[in-house]
Amino acid sequence: MVESATIWSLLENIPDPEVPVLSVVDLGIIREVREDGRDVEIVLTPTYSGCPAMDVIRMTIRMELLEHGYKNVKLTTVLSPAWTTDWMSERGKEKLTAYGIAPPLPSQQVSRPDLFGRGQAIECPHCHSYHTSLISEFGSTACKALYRCEDCKEPFDYFKCH
Amino acid sequence: MSLSSPFDSVLPHYVLHLADNALVLGHRNSEWTGHGPILEQDIALANIALDLVGQARYLYQYAAKLAGNELTEDSLAYGRDAWDFRNCLLVEQANGDWGKTILRQFLFSAWQLSFYDRLRESRDSELAAIAEKSYKEVIYHLRWSSEWVIRLGDGTEESHNRMEKALDQLWKFTGELFVPAEYERSLGTTGVAVDVEALRTPWEKKVGEVFAEAQLAWPHAAGGVAGADARRDAAGAAKSAWAQTGGKDGRHTEELGYLLAEMQFLQRAYPGCEW
Repeated sequence: MVESATIWSLLENIPDPEVPVLSVVDLGIIREVREDGRDVEIVLTPTYSGCPAMDVIRMTIRMELLEHGYKNVKLTTVLSPAWTTDWMSERGKEKLTAYGIAPPLPSQQVSRPDLFGRGQAIECPHCHSYHTSLISEFGSTACKALYRCEDCKEPFDYFKCH
Repeated sequence: MSLSSPFDSVLPHYVLHLADNALVLGHRNSEWTGHGPILEQDIALANIALDLVGQARYLYQYAAKLAGNELTEDSLAYGRDAWDFRNCLLVEQANGDWGKTILRQFLFSAWQLSFYDRLRESRDSELAAIAEKSYKEVIYHLRWSSEWVIRLGDGTEESHNRMEKALDQLWKFTGELFVPAEYERSLGTTGVAVDVEALRTPWEKKVGEVFAEAQLAWPHAAGGVAGADARRDAAGAAKSAWAQTGGKDGRHTEELGYLLAEMQFLQRAYPGCEW
């Protein structure tokens, strides 16, 4: 148990390579850590199927654990239940805002079926205005949408619901 | 590499069919990267391509695992020739202009959403898990492509005409989405595969709604049976039973060969190359 807590704390130091302010733990993609004194198994779930960060994350986890003496590390990918932004930690959401990325709203927003519909207003991470508009639901990475603030005029990323 | 030799069961054929659908459309979309009409939409299509290629990877990995021999996701994607690909004809069609690319994505996403929705209930837990993940991604693809079909169909005279032309080019390939191949029929009875015939009604409803808003007339001639207009027009309904098929069994349009020639070039020229 103690060991497992140590591994969790090591994982806290591993950043998402595309949103480095978040650790893989903040992101909610680590589902389980199992260890029996010799072998370690880490169960991960991907954010998006094609997210290229996943390969980098797996390698970084391996390196970090190896540096701390864990040689037999098995990384298992599970797809179900599918990752949701609801698994992001509250601390992670605060870190995102401070970094200039609007954090995800609760994920019922994702299934909004109406076209050209207005989702719930997204708060500008810079000036905190809700007077913002969507530029594109697809942004610089699979997990982000592009918004602009109509008050401070700054564009910003929104970590979209999923 | 022959498709029939490495697999002695039906399931890998089905998994490959699904993987090929996702990879081929993902690759087609990726051809736009750096060429999109505006930066934001270039990025949007690249994101959709990435989702599809990601889905394809999970499916190829699963197919390789089922085969249980030296096959890998890479050898399946880069080492098979056109007659071994099991994708639907719709997804391999050339990009054409932006309107045709959008329409192809919309017609396929509308199908894929219903498809993954049902595949989530598959008795094969691996396929169900891949479907659960992919379904959430397709919601975004369908919304994006629906909005673009409306924007262009109900846009200027030029954009409307181009959408009608695209519809004319693509419609004949939509019927195949609802005609099960032999491997789908045999897996359907065991609750593993989705009954694609049952997807026609929800697909026509969705596509019909968007076409109505986009001011695009429901095509009479090919691929669909039950559009509102076709129902009113008995002659149209009779003609519409015809659909271009064959992709699911490896008989493709010439477009696929060109796509594979580019996509597989590196692995053909330098087998096993990594960088």
